[in-house]
Amino acid sequence: MDIIRAVEADYMKEDLEPIQVGDFVRVHFKVKEGSRERIQIFDGSVIAIKGKGLGQSFTVRKISYGVGVERVFPRHSPKIEKVEVVRHGKVRRAKLYYLRDRVGKAARIKEKL
Amino acid sequence: MKFILGKKVGMTQVFDEEGVIIPVTVVQAGPCAVVQKKTVETDGYDAVRVGYEKIEKRKLNKPDRGLFDKLDMDAYRYLKEFRTEKIDDFEVGQEISIDKMFADGDSVDVSGISKGKGFQGSIKRHGQSRGPMSHGSKYHRGVGSLGSTSDPGRVFKGRKLPGQMGRERVTVQNLKIVKVDAERGLLLIKGAVPGPRGGLLEIRESVKA
Repeated sequence: MDIIRAVEADYMKEDLEPIQVGDFVRVHFKVKEGSRERIQIFDGSVIAIKGKGLGQSFTVRKISYGVGVERVFPRHSPKIEKVEVVRHGKVRRAKLYYLRDRVGKAARIKEKL
Repeated sequence: MKFILGKKVGMTQVFDEEGVIIPVTVVQAGPCAVVQKKTVETDGYDAVRVGYEKIEKRKLNKPDRGLFDKLDMDAYRYLKEFRTEKIDDFEVGQEISIDKMFADGDSVDVSGISKGKGFQGSIKRHGQSRGPMSHGSKYHRGVGSLGSTSDPGRVFKGRKLPGQMGRERVTVQNLKIVKVDAERGLLLIKGAVPGPRGGLLEIRESVKA
């Protein structure tokens, strides 16, 4: 197992922004359009962090034009330029899947001060 | 012909330059040593016998110990033969390391002994379908029909039946080497390879490159 961890370490980002479940984040994601590369921002709430090591991923949920949109990002992906934490949320569980069943005011996350 | 012996360490995933995730198997490969050369004149075919993983001589059986005593070299736990046309490139005692054999992007075939599944029924072993589990059905996971009746009056050879599954030699062809880590002696091979973690693997240049 230690060998695998050593292999993964070569690919891992060391200066990873700490994120928590419930955080409102802005993910700066590199998108390739033909030969050009530009940054696309996906902002929303982190509703889950899954896995560990190089395979860790997090799910960001936002409401876009009244439709819920979720996107899963690999935590250590080189395509992620940076993850900005806008504000921390006050949550009591590790996975916020219950937000999927809620709309409007009920789907808010309280801010942690 | 490129080849090496190694051990499966486990699987993980890595990113390529594009940021695409590639599933990889980590293999601890080499260093190996050439123990014997077989040539057309002496054995009827060209091959090299290769040893992998050093071991104390006292742990070997007498025939193997005798071989290494005669060669006056370190003893190896595993001995395997590889067919090769370029027999002159090898000398007895020569060390084989991964960085000299393989490079990033090479296509390889990997052979190993698959995980043993024990004695399994025809559903798990051959992917046959089962019968209805209810509604009065008495045919659930059985083998079903074995063939026709008095003509031919026998069961054809090769009929798929329950039996030992796994623990056999399996070769996976055309796997890509993602990375050669000479420092740690590791190969990152895209995809899965046969066998349990710690299982012995033969890694050869692809036959169908």
